[in-house]
Amino acid sequence: MRRLLSPRVLGITLAVLVLMVGSAVVLKVPLPGISLPAEPVACLGGHLVEAEHGLACSGGFPITNTMTGTLIVDLTIFLFMYFALRDKQLIPNGLQNALEAVIEWFYGLVEDVAGKENAPKFFPLVMTIFIFALVSNWWELVPGMDAFGWIVKAHGKGGWEIKALFGNVHTLVKEDGHYTLVPWLRTVTTDLNVTLAMAFISVTYVQIAGVQALGPGYFKKFIKPGYASGLIDVFVGILETISEIARIISFSFRLFGNIFAGTVLLFVMPYLIPLFVPLPFYGLEIFVGLIQAFVFAVLTLVFISMAVVSHGDHEH
Amino acid sequence: MEGLASGLAMGLGAIGPGIGVGLVVLGALQGIARNPEVAGEIRTNMILGIAFAEAIAIYALVVALLLKFV
Repeated sequence: MRRLLSPRVLGITLAVLVLMVGSAVVLKVPLPGISLPAEPVACLGGHLVEAEHGLACSGGFPITNTMTGTLIVDLTIFLFMYFALRDKQLIPNGLQNALEAVIEWFYGLVEDVAGKENAPKFFPLVMTIFIFALVSNWWELVPGMDAFGWIVKAHGKGGWEIKALFGNVHTLVKEDGHYTLVPWLRTVTTDLNVTLAMAFISVTYVQIAGVQALGPGYFKKFIKPGYASGLIDVFVGILETISEIARIISFSFRLFGNIFAGTVLLFVMPYLIPLFVPLPFYGLEIFVGLIQAFVFAVLTLVFISMAVVSHGDHEH
Repeated sequence: MEGLASGLAMGLGAIGPGIGVGLVVLGALQGIARNPEVAGEIRTNMILGIAFAEAIAIYALVVALLLKFV
């Protein structure tokens, strides 16, 4: 106990506490604009106008901030692949080594779940989902993401004052006002459209894989043809249909909810106490981003392998 | 009123999944204690189980966020 309470340790603890409380008073961090739907930041062939609820496009095709986020994610993946595969060596080193490690680990996982002969068929989709979700989730942590954008009039609740920095560039300051920020780059998976699209693709591919493996007889798990289908079979068929549809909702909301709540958490923590306290939440978000991407991909894989197994006599 | 609804949605919605995740990890820990060799496989399935159980809490969180920000 003596070492724990030595003057040096006490001094450092006190300094950190003072810095935490002091920064909450001195550094004034405004809360960024938190918006559930993605907002348009550019219009192809049209004008960006301020409408009732934030920005809108008068004519033309709206480009939302998650679309630009997707471009950044794609660019990251392309650049990584380009630099990793530039001079391919037989004994890999550096980026190529990292790439091969990830692919080998994930391919081993796919083989474990789906079996050796089905693994090459299902690996591309599952790996794509994993890599896309992982890179999207981890881009949320890069400083500057969600930080630069258009300053617009805040509609309704809250709003901050702006201060001119240079030219036309302004920044939000923590005084009550009427302005908020619409970021140019937003974490891709915080858009429910993106996760819904991924969920649709997963569930559709499950059905396609089932039909590829079992032929049209795959649909027997929903409807049992023939005279001998009893009431239980009809009930089970309906249950299976509902559970397939519920999977779409569950996939999309799981990924969306985790990452959107993560971004809200990362916005609010510096707003409350700017120094030191946001650090554990950054660690949490790194972990959650990895786990949610992993879970989306592995759940897709599990449902695919369940669908291609021939349904013999089932005991429910 | 919206603030109250938002807080209640998240608070009550976290009770079930909290117990659920605890049960999943309980099963996984008991499995690992019985058979430490397959700890890796058990861990993978535990992560899956936790994701399923936590998804319900996430639905509650989305409702809370919808009430607060939309």
